[in-house]
Amino acid sequence: MSDSKNTAPAPARPPMAGGPGGGRPGGGGGMFGGGRHGMAPVAKAKDFTGSAKRLAGTLRPEMVKIVVVMLLAVVSVAFAVAGPKVMSNATNVLFQGVIGKALPKGATTAQVIAGLNAKGDVASKDLAAMIRTMNVTPGVGADFALFGKELLLLGALYALSALFLWGQGYIMVGVAQRTVYEMRKHVDEKLSRLPLRYYDDHPRGDILSRVTNDIDNIANSLQQSATQLITAVFTIVGVLLMMFIISPLLAAISVLVIPLALLSTVQIAKRSQKQFALQWEQTGDLNGHVEEMHTGHSIVKIFGRQKEAIEVFDERNAKLYDSSFKAQFISGIIQPVMNFLGNLNYVGIAVIGGVKVATGTMTLGDVLAFIQYSRQFTQPITQTASIANVLQSAVASAERVFELLDEPEEQPDTATPLTLAEPQGHVTFEHVDFSYDPASPLIEDMSLDARPGQTVAIVGPTGAGKTTLVNLLMRFYEIDAGRITVDGIDTRDLTRDDLRRTFGMVLQDAWLFSGTIRDNIAYGIDDVSEERLLEASRAAYVDHFVRTLTDGYDTMLDDDASNVSQGEKQLLTIARAFLADPEILILDEATSSVDTRTEVLIQKAMRRLMKNRTSFVIAHRLSTIRDADIILVMNHGRIVEQGTHEELLEAKGFYYDLYHSQFVESFDEVSDRLDAAV
Amino acid sequence: MTALLKTYLRPYWKQLILVMGLLMVQAIANLYLPSLNANIINNGVVRGDTAYIMSTGGFMLVVTLVLGIVSIIGIYWGSKTAMAFGRDVRGAIFTKVQTFSQKEVNHFGAPSLITRNTNDVQQVQMVLVFALNMILSAPIMAVGGIIMALREDVPLSGIIVVVVPVMAVLVGLIISRAVPLFQIMQKRVDRVNQVVREKLSGIRVIRAFVRTEHEAKRFDVANHDLTNTALTVNRIFALLMPALTLILYTSTVAVLWFGGVRVSSGAMPIGNLTAFLTYIMQILLAVMMATIMFVLVPRAAVSAGRVQEVLETEPSVNDPQEPAAASDLHGFVEFRDVEFRYPGAEEPVLHHISFTSGPGETTAIIGSTGSGKTTLVNLVPRLYDATGGTILVDGVDIRDMRRDDLWQKIGFVPQRAFLFSGTIASNLRYGDEEANDDRLWHALDVAQGREFVDELEEGLDYPIAQGGTNVSGGQRQRLAIARALVKRPEVYVFDDSFSALDFTTDSKLRAALKKEITDATTIVVAQRVSSIMHADRIIVLEHGTVVGMGTHDELMETSPTYREIVFSQMSEEEAA
Repeated sequence: MSDSKNTAPAPARPPMAGGPGGGRPGGGGGMFGGGRHGMAPVAKAKDFTGSAKRLAGTLRPEMVKIVVVMLLAVVSVAFAVAGPKVMSNATNVLFQGVIGKALPKGATTAQVIAGLNAKGDVASKDLAAMIRTMNVTPGVGADFALFGKELLLLGALYALSALFLWGQGYIMVGVAQRTVYEMRKHVDEKLSRLPLRYYDDHPRGDILSRVTNDIDNIANSLQQSATQLITAVFTIVGVLLMMFIISPLLAAISVLVIPLALLSTVQIAKRSQKQFALQWEQTGDLNGHVEEMHTGHSIVKIFGRQKEAIEVFDERNAKLYDSSFKAQFISGIIQPVMNFLGNLNYVGIAVIGGVKVATGTMTLGDVLAFIQYSRQFTQPITQTASIANVLQSAVASAERVFELLDEPEEQPDTATPLTLAEPQGHVTFEHVDFSYDPASPLIEDMSLDARPGQTVAIVGPTGAGKTTLVNLLMRFYEIDAGRITVDGIDTRDLTRDDLRRTFGMVLQDAWLFSGTIRDNIAYGIDDVSEERLLEASRAAYVDHFVRTLTDGYDTMLDDDASNVSQGEKQLLTIARAFLADPEILILDEATSSVDTRTEVLIQKAMRRLMKNRTSFVIAHRLSTIRDADIILVMNHGRIVEQGTHEELLEAKGFYYDLYHSQFVESFDEVSDRLDAAV
Repeated sequence: MTALLKTYLRPYWKQLILVMGLLMVQAIANLYLPSLNANIINNGVVRGDTAYIMSTGGFMLVVTLVLGIVSIIGIYWGSKTAMAFGRDVRGAIFTKVQTFSQKEVNHFGAPSLITRNTNDVQQVQMVLVFALNMILSAPIMAVGGIIMALREDVPLSGIIVVVVPVMAVLVGLIISRAVPLFQIMQKRVDRVNQVVREKLSGIRVIRAFVRTEHEAKRFDVANHDLTNTALTVNRIFALLMPALTLILYTSTVAVLWFGGVRVSSGAMPIGNLTAFLTYIMQILLAVMMATIMFVLVPRAAVSAGRVQEVLETEPSVNDPQEPAAASDLHGFVEFRDVEFRYPGAEEPVLHHISFTSGPGETTAIIGSTGSGKTTLVNLVPRLYDATGGTILVDGVDIRDMRRDDLWQKIGFVPQRAFLFSGTIASNLRYGDEEANDDRLWHALDVAQGREFVDELEEGLDYPIAQGGTNVSGGQRQRLAIARALVKRPEVYVFDDSFSALDFTTDSKLRAALKKEITDATTIVVAQRVSSIMHADRIIVLEHGTVVGMGTHDELMETSPTYREIVFSQMSEEEAA
């Protein structure tokens, strides 16, 4: 078990760094969705297509909804795209009215045209050509009934488009959240099926970050970027289509801008990505240093290292400044460049379109509509480029989650389990071999017979032994050879749950979870009567100090349980064991950081708990060791000797040396003096 | 917020003025372009004047190009200034915290100082980036847009009066509803993290108590809560974009209708209609940004306040104006009637503490939790200043010494061994960079650390992770002791430093230390009687006062408190 309660925090994620990568106000879109793009460095997936397919596979239960989202997107985009065309019709009606009004009333269109042509100058001839293509009645203004109808249609189209856009977003939020909920659930279930070995071999921070950060990343990408991507792609297609319908020539000119826009976006994005990645990394570096220096403040001072601390800080701070400035600047260039390209396109359309209107080959409304389309055109291209990056990182995250889900699981319980009807607590090891790493065997041919009620003391200078013992007894790890039995039954013939129910565990690094004291004591069982709870608490000397707390048994233990001392925490776990009332115990005697009076209580409570139970004790006290029925002597995690106190002393082996270096000098001396003093 | 901005933007006032100027030019160019558009339509397209279209179009391109260049320069200086501001504020906080004594650090708490030094600065910087790159131009755009719209057509501008408040209210409503929910969501995310973290650290206990199902339920509740909140928040946000587009579109239709009437009556040329549409878009955009600013600024202001608080805190422990001359004494610590109370506290934590410890001597301090042991040793390196009495090191009042000189004399091993990221060697050399490998190994020998360092493939170059999490608690403790030994100080302070060690290592270490430290004085705080019974002087503390002082034998005779402590630890042995 780890030596501290400090869970390695998830790899320091720099807080919201940088700014709106692609989220400049390009026509009002992407303000929120686009804001986060381009901030996180894009982690590359190892197997992109495989993981992407699998991620898509997790969406299968939502297939119907996704199809609906797609349909809504198509309709929404189609309506939005149809808008400018309707608007052009409306404008045409208006324009015809303007022209018509300017012409002499009563004349026919043909007369007007003939009159204009007769003038002979170029402008008049062009005007004549234009009027010929229009539905103009000289002297009559705009047809407001028609104009109104067109505008009503336009309004309806836009309203529906917005409505469908909302529907699409609304449904997609549900799709994303439900998918991610299931994903979290699967990962959590997986965690309970993974063997302990996995936890011992992987940093906690890494596992934690897969469950939280990576899954969050997937959620955000799914619900924001995915909808944006769908809309963007459909918009590009729809707009292109409309442009070609209105004027193939002008459309061809606009299409020329696409490669330019794509090229510049990709080029700029590539460079800014690099800087964002640097910024991310350097924020981590700087924050790490700040964390370290502020946490170790007094050490830094007493060792006279402030100057160096500031030097390192300044250096990292300057680096961060450099990369964050560059990231910000480079990503900021995209918008002006796109604006320029957009305007270039605009002028091209205006010039050619103007000529075409003048020569009557195109209506004014169509030119205006076209201009609108060309404006709608560059933004989705920029968006698609930046979303591609986000999706890439989502797939990388998904891959990390899948990796966890694919880890080999614990060997399943036997299909035909035996049961311990009335457990006695008779534990044997028979020729057990065990090692964490086949290259260095740890336990070879170990045999042990602990009869009901006996005490086995584990002694040795290092702490590594106790974890191994817990691992084997509780079947957290599988042994390589031999067998371990409880009441004569091979532990592998029991279900793990049944086996573990016969054990109680009181360790020094007491594990409490955030919740009330009551919940923590009653951890072993559901539905505990108040009476039994109090009984266990009194037996463990918990009752007294709990009553001094303002909320008594309902006191919330916070994250580090700082409102309860280390020793009191251990008392709580003893109470927990009393309540669970197991036949076999694994105990850890208190060594450190426990104030003396509490230590006495722990000692007394443990004695009481051990009575009539088979106990494995990680022992630090001479009395415990001397009283034990069997002593296991461990060194470097291996069992080196086994026997009673007398046997081991006689053997003059490792225990003998240990005993003399450790206890005789200090304790016997004290005992003698105590005798004298008392 | 204003104070912070004023102070730390002052050095960049030239850049700021430049950025403002550039934003102004951008705004004007942006406002000018639509009227060029209008001209192209009115004078070119409508009249069929190709030459005019060409020349105006060419001019428009030039304007666009200038606009592009101006905005790139603006972004350059805007980003540079905002980032420089962030850098300077971070630097100022960091440097300030370095001057703090433990009192100020405790006042804020290390985690809070870290957040203030990193996240809070980032928050303010983000708003500044936002402001310098675009928000500052919002008022210009809005006002300019309105002026231009009025120029195009006065009666039509009435639409603006209707649309702008609708927009502001809607955006404000959505954002103000979503922001608190986002905070709740953050809490739910934290809760999921907490449950997983507990599950990971307690995996053995959970399985030992057969509580896997219970834990799964706990997780499911947290997961459910998170999902529900996330659903609500994101659904609200899903409303934002459609609502915005709807407003934009509705105003477009309105402009077309009312504008159409005006155009038809000849009160307004048709080209102005398009220009007007562009202006109204720009105005709405400006309103939207301003609304966002109203949401962002208060949050940034909270961060700025937290930053400012650190910067305004003055350290309570300072160097003397005129340091006293160094004395010839070495390895002496003396407490003269020392008292310490926390600011505002009624009862002092320590009072009437007097003792002297000389070279080669060990003074041990024992007592129950909360008796003031750690506070006492923290006074020696002036982590706090005593509120009464005098502490002398080598015969000089420590308040008359430069702190660097004082610290030079002290080797401190704190209760919780704290290692820095780097290597074992870099940690050991923390107090003396010049120390050679032999000295490091020697220190490791004394600190009982040689064996485990020897076993490491990289030896002294073994990398240490942040917080020293990749070595065990006992190893961390031994490295911290070795680090103090390498420094070769005149005063050693061990604050309960042996507790993470098992008995064997503890006793070996004490024997080695005794041999090693001959000309320095040692102050030890301990819990275990066995650790300190050979000390030259044992001080028994209770409720901040000395209730017994002497050797082990003397105290066994004279001090009931000491006897009680000894019995509590040894009586079980008697029972054996």
